[in-house]
Amino acid sequence: MMKQASVPFWRDERVLAWIAQIVFLVVTVAFLWYLYHNMITALAERGLLPSFHFLKLTAGFDISQHLIPYDRSSTYGRAFIVGTLNTIEVSILGIIFATILGIIIGVMRLSTNWLINKLASLYIEIIRNVPLLVLLVFWYTGVFLQLPRLKEAKFLPGPTIVSNRGIAMPWGKPTSTWHIYLYILLVGFILAAIVWWRLTLIGKRTGRMPLVSLWSTLTFLGVAALGWIGLVIFAHQAPLAPDLPKIQGLSTVGGLELSPEFLALLSGLVFYTAAFIAEVVRAGIQSVSKGQVEAARALGLNGFQTFRLVVFPQALRVIVPPLTSQYLNLAKNSSLAVFIGFPDLYSVAGTIHNQTGRAVEVTVLMMSIYLSFSLITSAFMNWYNKKIRFVER
Amino acid sequence: MKRTLYLLGILLIVGVLLAACGSSAGQNGAQAVKTVIVTVQAKGGNTPSGFGTTLKAVKERGHLICGVNSELPGFGYVDQQGNYKGFDVDFCHAVAAAIFGDPNKVEFRPLTAKERFTALQTGEIDVLIRNTTWTLTRDTELGANFAATTFYDGQGIMVRKDSGIKKLEDLQGAKICVATGTTTELNLADQMAAHGIKYTPVVFEKADQVYGAYDEGRCDAVTSDKSQLVSRRTTLKNPKDHVILDITLSKEPLGPVVRQGDDQWFDIINWVVFATFTGEELGINSKNVDKIKATTQNPNVKKFLGLEGEMGQKLGLSDDWAYNIIKYVGNYAEIYNRNLGPGTPFDLPRGLNNSWINGGLLYAPPIR
Repeated sequence: MMKQASVPFWRDERVLAWIAQIVFLVVTVAFLWYLYHNMITALAERGLLPSFHFLKLTAGFDISQHLIPYDRSSTYGRAFIVGTLNTIEVSILGIIFATILGIIIGVMRLSTNWLINKLASLYIEIIRNVPLLVLLVFWYTGVFLQLPRLKEAKFLPGPTIVSNRGIAMPWGKPTSTWHIYLYILLVGFILAAIVWWRLTLIGKRTGRMPLVSLWSTLTFLGVAALGWIGLVIFAHQAPLAPDLPKIQGLSTVGGLELSPEFLALLSGLVFYTAAFIAEVVRAGIQSVSKGQVEAARALGLNGFQTFRLVVFPQALRVIVPPLTSQYLNLAKNSSLAVFIGFPDLYSVAGTIHNQTGRAVEVTVLMMSIYLSFSLITSAFMNWYNKKIRFVER
Repeated sequence: MKRTLYLLGILLIVGVLLAACGSSAGQNGAQAVKTVIVTVQAKGGNTPSGFGTTLKAVKERGHLICGVNSELPGFGYVDQQGNYKGFDVDFCHAVAAAIFGDPNKVEFRPLTAKERFTALQTGEIDVLIRNTTWTLTRDTELGANFAATTFYDGQGIMVRKDSGIKKLEDLQGAKICVATGTTTELNLADQMAAHGIKYTPVVFEKADQVYGAYDEGRCDAVTSDKSQLVSRRTTLKNPKDHVILDITLSKEPLGPVVRQGDDQWFDIINWVVFATFTGEELGINSKNVDKIKATTQNPNVKKFLGLEGEMGQKLGLSDDWAYNIIKYVGNYAEIYNRNLGPGTPFDLPRGLNNSWINGGLLYAPPIR
């Protein structure tokens, strides 16, 4: 019996497996080291030693859109952050709008109404089969740059000023009571959370789940509205003063100004990604077996209840993993902004690369930022996926 | 397990970012690299960079690779027959003529403003002649060497005639279109900050995008080198509706650029430019060069045309190098007039770009 165990190590499967792993590791590391070494020596030969010192130098160029204070005397490091924030801004807004639009179109695609169904199919087929870059250039030069010039700008109610310089819309300017209002909003949030918790408990006890999200949202909005009215009555100052845009000289001042570049990028990303999300949603809904719907109807649930309580929760498990990759695609596709002049991370990094000549350093930084953004997104989506996973009781 | 991996990944990246922002990382990096150089004595990449290596590589290849602009009429563009034409392109031809005695042994690489220095650094091109401004930072940090200036330019601003904009202060609140990766982008920021004028830059990578957006009315103004504004104005929908303001924002000396590390190649490019200046100074052009060569008794002309002194060999070229430049491409005045002078849509006055004899800045060191 003991004899049998003494297989020579070169025929021992476990040992061989280990050796194969080690050889693979060594080869991989050696290859990467070779690439790195080759790059470093080639750079050194041209007198270009890698260094991130340039991040502390004055950038010297202006960026049209910045979420944090920035001017030409800021550093390259700060320019990097400005570009990153622009990318994050457009990605998050894009993800939100693309999801909403995608779900609507995906559900439309399943409609039994012939016209609605065909319209949704047409949209998906056209948009999915056009390259995103073409779509972006279309939105930019074909739509937003064709709006009237500033002198002939269109005034929509609000007033919202629409011209080929972008769209300027009314916005709120915080007043002296703004910080008090923030506390009121916090109270509203806590109350909404309590409503959520209580309703869920009641639902579990009685077996009849109320519209939890709806009631919680209503609670929050109710507190927000009451707080606003209260402040106007007692402090004689609304927390936000209206900030209306108007044309002054060569540009619009006041309000919220959205540039044509930003609008074109956002529209392109949203309409493009929504087509893919619609198909993901349709596939998810169709994956729920017909028996589930029939059983729900047999229990006396109406169409809406069937969808909300039976179909959608099960479809979600199929939807979330491919949805995650659509989100990642959207964030990464935002780098096409460079073609329509929106100062996203890629565009700003390109300028920095050009002014400093630090190709390798800038590229490494840019890749790390995109990578961490994608990893964070997918970590969040995996957490969400785990949360909605089918729990067997 | 998966979650741990994610956390590790994120931590790693955040670590890299933090390290990148700290100055100590940079110094450590530099030190590490130094060690590598000392111990390994690397044989380097695929492109030569030591003394004499560029010329050798070009001769072995049989043609010159020249980085040019492809979107700037007058300086570097592709004509309707698909040939590269322009002022900068002619200097590429001049270099080829000096080396091979044949101006057409050139391969052109169209480059954007953003790509140009990387193409030069990596050895994708032998010489960059693409309306490139000579600055201290570029000369030092980009591993580049700037040869003699071929065109003295200044940055200007173009606006619509009906906009009523006359001076810099009128641009308060304006949107200004500009190409990224240019000195003009930086000068604009500097000048506007100096005058306290608030403006919004609208930045594109390619010249076609910059002028396209300006033409659509996205911007109140567009800024670039004055010669470029004149050149691009001819490509707008209604060139007559646009006016170049009488403001000069900066000095823009434009000229050929080579990689650092090959002094012979640097000398060749310099002297090719000087040869075109000298040709104009001596009154030698492509039409009379053969006659002068046959009859001249002037020692300076003899040295220039390779009849005595073995000037070409000192550069590593044949002695008739300058003759070939003048014969096949022409002297500076011919190159200028052919591409930018009267009879072209641009009709740019010579101004600073005149020979010192006529009160300009072009002044070639003696060929002796």
